[in-house]
Amino acid sequence: MINKIVESIEAAVADIQDGSTILVGGFGTAGMPFNLVDALIAQGARDLTIVSNNAGNGEIGLAALLKAKRVRKIICSFPRQTDSWVFDGLYRAGEIELEVVPQGNLAERMRAAGAGIGAFFCPTGHGTLLAGERETRVIDGRNHVLEYPIHGDVALIKAHKADRWGNLVYRKTARNFAPVMATAARITIAEVSEIVELGGLDPEAVPTPGIYVQRVVRVESKLAKVP
Amino acid sequence: MQRMTREQMATRVAADIPDGAYVNLGIGLPTMVANVLPQDREIILHTENGLLGMGPAPAKGGEDWDLINAGKQPVTEVPGSTFFHHADSFAMMRGGHLDICVLGAFQVSEQGDLANWHTGESDAIPAVGGAMDLAIGAKKTWIMMEHVTKNGQHKLVRQCSYPLTAKSCVSRIYTDLAVIDVTKDGFVAMEIIPGLSFEELSRMTGAVLRDGRVRSVA
Repeated sequence: MINKIVESIEAAVADIQDGSTILVGGFGTAGMPFNLVDALIAQGARDLTIVSNNAGNGEIGLAALLKAKRVRKIICSFPRQTDSWVFDGLYRAGEIELEVVPQGNLAERMRAAGAGIGAFFCPTGHGTLLAGERETRVIDGRNHVLEYPIHGDVALIKAHKADRWGNLVYRKTARNFAPVMATAARITIAEVSEIVELGGLDPEAVPTPGIYVQRVVRVESKLAKVP
Repeated sequence: MQRMTREQMATRVAADIPDGAYVNLGIGLPTMVANVLPQDREIILHTENGLLGMGPAPAKGGEDWDLINAGKQPVTEVPGSTFFHHADSFAMMRGGHLDICVLGAFQVSEQGDLANWHTGESDAIPAVGGAMDLAIGAKKTWIMMEHVTKNGQHKLVRQCSYPLTAKSCVSRIYTDLAVIDVTKDGFVAMEIIPGLSFEELSRMTGAVLRDGRVRSVA
């Protein structure tokens, strides 16, 4: 019998290794797997590379992980926000490495990783600082830049509901990067608010089929900030 | 001369968005366009974090923090809206499916180069978000910005001095003084606010400006 449901969140993250690359879902605080990130902080893994759209808000979630000095490098599209002071301080002190990636490339590089694509050419960023020294090519008269996949050792994501096969559905814009990250990591761990029986999800509307998910843990959703 | 207010600028941009258009409004000033869209047109707003059919901000107390826009402010969903993941959302941009994106800018060059993500200062923390994807992906990239900086420096320039977001992507610029098309011949003024002469506008523009106004009104 397949049962991906893990009884405790501590067990869900217990084997995460030092030096891992961890894909963390969320756009700002929507879809941020706060419970899993808190469990990762308690678990103690360090020297991590984090891939996430932002670099933490306030002193919760990713910002708390950064503050605990567990992160060596962050790959993201938009680190600078009004409430990103933890990241800002570490960056200015030279205590964290930053790779800024255009948001579409961030998503597509993980999609490529999950889909077995070795690399792809895309016009985004051509002629800008973010194209770096990467190979370029003119395709159909347009300049493109070569982009490589981003693989994760682990993905930490938040979904709304799951079943024991790991099928996931999301809530509104909290979906964001989670379905892509789920495909791109060796081990995908989802925190969910509700677990339903097999057959309890509409098979026509399951954004993340369970094949991409290794562990599910039910938690009380820590919702985003209150204004 | 009375510079256009931010609301007037938003209303002017909105007037040019046709019925049936799929539109992405960038964070900051362009977000205001959402509040003044003509009621007699169906215009579908896209937000990069996975929603087509974005509605206005919710009433106070009705915020749902799982339902936000690119600026991470709470929004609503309209009937017929759809949610999707980030790779699909950026496929809508990069695949050329969006009709229009409206972005803010630090500088736009006469070739249509856009600089809007990084001042290039050594202590600045770079953050690009979806700007590079939008700029190259939408069928039309429009810019909404003040005509000059607070210190009076040019924002319409021959060459951008700030790091580029994308080359040759801007087709039209809406400022607080004018509507300017970016053509193969450079900047062309299509509209100028009352009380401002073409010559005065040219002085506030850091590249050659042509006059493209229809001269039926004196």
